Amino acid sequence: MATEALGWLGVPLGIVGGMLRGSAPFLFVSLGECLTEKSGKINLGLEGTLLMGAMSAYAVSYLTKSPWLGVVVAGLAGALLGCIHAWLAQQRRVNDIAVGIAMILFGSGLAFFLGKPFVQPVAPGLEAISLGNWSNVQQVQAALKINPLFLLGIVLVPLIQWFFRSTRWGLYVRAVGDSPEAARAMGVSIWQVRAASIVFGSFLAGVGGAYLSLYYPGSWNERISSGQGLMAVALVIFARWDPVQCLYASLLFGGAQAIGPSLQSVGITSFYQIFNASPYILTLIFMVLRCSPKRSIEGSPGALGEIN
Amino acid sequence: MKADFWRQKSESIVIPIVAILLSMVLFGLFCLFLSKANPFGVFGSIYQGSFSTWSTWQRTLIGAAPIMLCALCTALPARMGYVIIGNEGALIVGGLGAIAVGLTLNNLPPLLVQIAMAIGGITWGGLWIMAVGALRHYRAVNETISSLLMNYIAIALMNELVEGVMRDPSSLNKPSTYSLATVNMLGALPGTRVHYGLLYGLIACGLAYFLIERTTFGFSVRATGGNIRAAKITGLPVGKLALAVTFLAGSCAGLAGMVEVAAVHGNVNATLNSGYGYSGVLVAFIARYNPLASALISILLGGILASGGLLQRLHNLPDAAVLVFQGLVFLCVLWSECWYGQWSFFSPKESA
Repeated sequence: MATEALGWLGVPLGIVGGMLRGSAPFLFVSLGECLTEKSGKINLGLEGTLLMGAMSAYAVSYLTKSPWLGVVVAGLAGALLGCIHAWLAQQRRVNDIAVGIAMILFGSGLAFFLGKPFVQPVAPGLEAISLGNWSNVQQVQAALKINPLFLLGIVLVPLIQWFFRSTRWGLYVRAVGDSPEAARAMGVSIWQVRAASIVFGSFLAGVGGAYLSLYYPGSWNERISSGQGLMAVALVIFARWDPVQCLYASLLFGGAQAIGPSLQSVGITSFYQIFNASPYILTLIFMVLRCSPKRSIEGSPGALGEIN
Repeated sequence: MKADFWRQKSESIVIPIVAILLSMVLFGLFCLFLSKANPFGVFGSIYQGSFSTWSTWQRTLIGAAPIMLCALCTALPARMGYVIIGNEGALIVGGLGAIAVGLTLNNLPPLLVQIAMAIGGITWGGLWIMAVGALRHYRAVNETISSLLMNYIAIALMNELVEGVMRDPSSLNKPSTYSLATVNMLGALPGTRVHYGLLYGLIACGLAYFLIERTTFGFSVRATGGNIRAAKITGLPVGKLALAVTFLAGSCAGLAGMVEVAAVHGNVNATLNSGYGYSGVLVAFIARYNPLASALISILLGGILASGGLLQRLHNLPDAAVLVFQGLVFLCVLWSECWYGQWSFFSPKESA
């Protein structure tokens, strides 16, 4: 291992590399979930959407040899699952959290079912852009690789921020999420706005799945997602429903994921599995710190969690 | 009067059945169009692989035992208004607790070891979900999300222990703990291959039903679930109730872990995380949080799961087909929530 040449410096470098490599799925799902929750509905089923996106991206990329077409199809597959959620979660008396759990089962089942033939073949992945060529240390070069899809995600952050703050449609979404009565008085269709938010949010989660199967880890199997979709909901709470903070939170989580492997590379193997669980532990700790029984969390959409 | 009573009662039986039939139709279409498999053949095989002979019945019941216990982990807190899906985690922690106790007390008489193992599983599983309940009550942390995160933490904890301090050095490819001595394993019910876990599950479901529907404690829990502010004003100890209910819920899933370890696996390794917890969530929702109905539906679901292998062999369906079926059933049952009160057949007729 050449990492030994770097010694302890390899640890922060590994974590930075992990951030640049592993944050994108968190970013896409959290942006999608942020959009969905701003409209007042929770989509807990993004794990299924993510897996479905990963599977369809890989399959399309294998069949057409075009990974970018795979990314688009992954988004559409996600949006399709989003349609089911949008329709079902808005029925009378139906609990959106329960629908999310059902969608995890259904989406992941569907992805494994349809993706069975694609576990073996190798599909062309997305090419990364190297930013580390100035250095002749191999680890630096390996760490400083950025995927264009990740850059796309970063560009989306200010776009979504602008959408919420300065556009008419963004105002509709916020109004529907904060005060459905006021939105109805404005003549906005709550059903349509929520459906559009859920479907577009699922589209983003599907794209996040494409990143998993086409770039990092870059293969298709049943264990490809490490729960990024499940953590989306917690991430959004952590980021206080703010797209810019979603980006920071995703970077933090991507980095946290890399703690275990980078410590292992300098010979610390004890508690490897516990370090691997650090994103979950981190989320839990932050939720404990941030939540309070006396008030709802700052920035939380007013109508979140109301039953139809 | 009497007729109206039955009319309304039958609504809560007919609607889930219609929902399940609908999901069967959808799954049939799914098999037909995506795998060119004959839907009738597929359902025939599910029946054949689950309920056709005494031998398959026994396998179904073995699978149903942990699902039953896990279902209670969602069903009990749901009566209080908590949606807890940490069943898988509680099962794993319970299994770990059971194996730790079982290996330590190796030399005691088998019956004592088994009782101690059950207590170990119950305690650990109970504390695990009680933590979720405490966070919910005292810090208002969303219990669904925290319990989901706790599942992942439990899996990591199991992997850490199994690959680290509790590892049997002779397990090379699949890191496992040391195995229980055969005398300490849970035996089978007389005349069958079905282990005692099924009995535990049935007893637990019966007790849970009695507790929720027939005791003051259960009434307080249901009152809190109905309207938490009213419950606080009437002076119900909402915090204590939350802790008690979540402990009971977790202890059921923990017992499921003990049963899996002590009756099926004999040790702990990654196969302990096999999805019984999520099946339990599904069962609890279909049963509308009724413990007795949960027992029945667990047996049905145990049958569907037991037939997965046969589907793979006879119809060339991937093993994920069972997962798709579960997902469809779940979605249809949730959809059926909004049918209640919509069909005029079930609404009471004009009474004098």
